[in-house]
Amino acid sequence: MMTHRQALEVLARQRRDQVVITTMGSAGIWPHLSDSPRDFHYLPSSMGQAVPLGLGLCLARPGLPVVVLVGDGGLLMNLGCLITAAQFTVPLSILLIDNGLYEVTGGQPVANAGRTDFATIARGAGITRVYSCDTAEAWAAVAAEVLTGPGPVFAWLKVRGELGKATPSPPRPMAEQIARLRAALGLGEPPA
Amino acid sequence: MIEPSDVVAALEAAGFTHLVWIPDSSLGTWDRSLSQSRLAPLRVTREGEAIGLAAGLILGGARPLVAIQCTGFFEAGDAVRNVVHDLHLPLKLIIGVRSWHAGQKGQSRDNCPHFAEKLVQAWELPATRFDPVGATAAELTAALTGLATKPDSGAILWAE
Repeated sequence: MMTHRQALEVLARQRRDQVVITTMGSAGIWPHLSDSPRDFHYLPSSMGQAVPLGLGLCLARPGLPVVVLVGDGGLLMNLGCLITAAQFTVPLSILLIDNGLYEVTGGQPVANAGRTDFATIARGAGITRVYSCDTAEAWAAVAAEVLTGPGPVFAWLKVRGELGKATPSPPRPMAEQIARLRAALGLGEPPA
Repeated sequence: MIEPSDVVAALEAAGFTHLVWIPDSSLGTWDRSLSQSRLAPLRVTREGEAIGLAAGLILGGARPLVAIQCTGFFEAGDAVRNVVHDLHLPLKLIIGVRSWHAGQKGQSRDNCPHFAEKLVQAWELPATRFDPVGATAAELTAALTGLATKPDSGAILWAE
């Protein structure tokens, strides 16, 4: 099984001009791999809202490719977002980082850990491009395909649970992140 | 009396680009008129999700309005807190207040009107009341334009 960092290293190698939205554990790793204005570390967050946030960006900026890194705990809080996303043809790549744990709270297992078939859930929601990878090699083999073409795309990346990590914090305050992202997209201040 | 076509015309006049919503028996009457409008109605599965989706739209330069019943607003509290007070994005909502008219007539003990007022205050979300019964289309346009143009977040409590 790959580590969380290995999964993100594959993404970093294949990432082009996509906006990358990170949450929790990924927000602690991604800044070591990338420092693009198109990185958006969704911290502080509302757990479960990263996929809707990414979908909203896609709908506001047609053609803008967006990658959302979401944990299994976060996705479980808002499984309906897969059904919402499936209504649209948008370049949205949902990368599920599944470690089976609530990592930052001490490693308690998520509900039904290890038994939930997220790929079947994604397909059942109506997402047709669904991938499952449990090794870095398997993920590397399909990553370029996952990140291109019509979406939404769902990739279930099974990673090793790791404990003892510090609670992540974003590399910049939220206001600075928003200004940086909007400038990279050619936008000014958020509209009134 | 406000008709659904008045609502859609007022939403368009106010400059909203997307309506993120979950219909209830009152807001749902707009559905047919919305389908003929230039607004993009976005259907979601849960009210918290509506808030997150609206945040992404705002980040991307769109001007969404979220329309949900107060019961869903109660559920969406953490998402509202995050978008309004962490991200400081100008979230705009219509919150349908279930049983408001019946409560005014003493015909309902539904606690939704009570808690709708309390919860918008709790989340420090500036709100105004609008009663579509007896209001004119011009008053509605003014209310929605006022909501759309204010620089900060805000809500209209829509009497149902």
